[in-house]
Amino acid sequence: MSAFLMPSLGADMEAGTLVEQLMSPGDNVRRGDVIAAVETQKGVIEIEVFEDGVLEDWLVDPGTKVPVGTPLAMIRSAANSAADPDTPEPEAPQPHDPKPASVPREDPAPHDPAPKGPGPEVPAPEGPFPEIPMPEDRARSEVKPIQSRPRISPAARRLAAQTGVDLSRLAPGAARPITRSDIAAMAKPKPEAQSDMRAAIAAAMSRSKREIPHYYLSHTVDLTKAEAFITAENATRAPDERLLLGVLYLKALARAVKKVPEMNGTFEEGHFHQSEAVHAGLAIALRSGGLVAPALFDTDRQNLDDLMTSMRDLIARVRAGRYRARELSDATITLTSLGDRGVDQLYGVIYPPQVAIVGVGTPALRPWVEGKKVVPRLTATLTLAADHRVSDGRRGALFLSAIAKHLQDPETL
Amino acid sequence: MTETNIDAALAEELHRIAPDIALDDIDRTQDLREEFDIDSMDFLTLVTALGKRFDLDMPEADYPKMQSYDALLAYLRSKMA
Repeated sequence: MSAFLMPSLGADMEAGTLVEQLMSPGDNVRRGDVIAAVETQKGVIEIEVFEDGVLEDWLVDPGTKVPVGTPLAMIRSAANSAADPDTPEPEAPQPHDPKPASVPREDPAPHDPAPKGPGPEVPAPEGPFPEIPMPEDRARSEVKPIQSRPRISPAARRLAAQTGVDLSRLAPGAARPITRSDIAAMAKPKPEAQSDMRAAIAAAMSRSKREIPHYYLSHTVDLTKAEAFITAENATRAPDERLLLGVLYLKALARAVKKVPEMNGTFEEGHFHQSEAVHAGLAIALRSGGLVAPALFDTDRQNLDDLMTSMRDLIARVRAGRYRARELSDATITLTSLGDRGVDQLYGVIYPPQVAIVGVGTPALRPWVEGKKVVPRLTATLTLAADHRVSDGRRGALFLSAIAKHLQDPETL
Repeated sequence: MTETNIDAALAEELHRIAPDIALDDIDRTQDLREEFDIDSMDFLTLVTALGKRFDLDMPEADYPKMQSYDALLAYLRSKMA
């Protein structure tokens, strides 16, 4: 028996809300099955199970916000599927019940340890006991202690803690216990998703700027051949089989990584872990504001058609606000492209713990010297922001040149 | 298919892609992608959906005829006539 935990979906995630239980107790689960959906600052993420077995029971109700690492469900692994007497009784985590034992701050008088008057100046504690805020959930510490406890179900209390409903507003002598739906009716509308998203971006980017010594390079690339290749390919393709320039960028980046592998991986706990696999994160803007950069797995091993299909699928799911946990946590390098309605160039901020981000500015017809003539060519500016703890400008330059070079031979990508 | 149906279908597909933009709020003669704030992937999704719905090829070579809402509507009407 093992516990299925609330996963960490990025360095900036502290807690998540279980919004859907997609499997029922007794269901057989296989490694990779989507077992639940969890709402985070970045939207709804589908969570996969990591082992084969049987879902024994859910430990957390839908709608409950719990810290990373909280057991969500118990899974009886396929290896010891027979009844297991040693199974520890799974104790439902109740980290979110407000502590009724905490002393109301409104009534400090009886215990006031710092009588006013002359005496040595000792900083007096603000309350009778120092309140220790629980780091995993700020919202809870803002909930006022209950003066006289109304009858309320645990689920309702948790919801109240999450939504900021003041329990002291509830009549203590209500005829029936207060339920979750009562609290839901009182809850203020949730803050806009955008502000959550902005907070998530701010946390990740602050960490990046604090920890990663970025260096930046740029290089102009001729995209004439790349675009001609796409146009020729698409001429005979139905709309749902057409390619976009973006797949060539991805593929060229994946190839270039083979030549300069220290651009691909993660820097954690003082060490760079180079990744064999290339999972390019693709920065995707959301209509509601903000952006995410989920991974396209094995970018290097997919052909252009497969990569286009993956990219369409990923973007459609991101637009619908729904993606998988691994897609958020497992990218090894990021590509960000301004598309064809943007500006000349962008300098990315590395998404930790990755070590490089490649930007592609908006392609446009610009003057280009060919032989001794100036000719109009479709060009774009490639940029690289990379981590000086892992590489330096010389290797970065080699990397950007390699991307540009691969884009000159689109038919080989 | 009547012209009203084409109009409604186009509005529906655009709403699917850009649900935050009301048709009444855009300039139908201006650049479709800027008016609806859609990128090349969104536009490809739109073309794919319209192509399936009306059984049209919607070739890339015709994209210049689909640059504004009105132009795209006229294009669809001409193909369905």
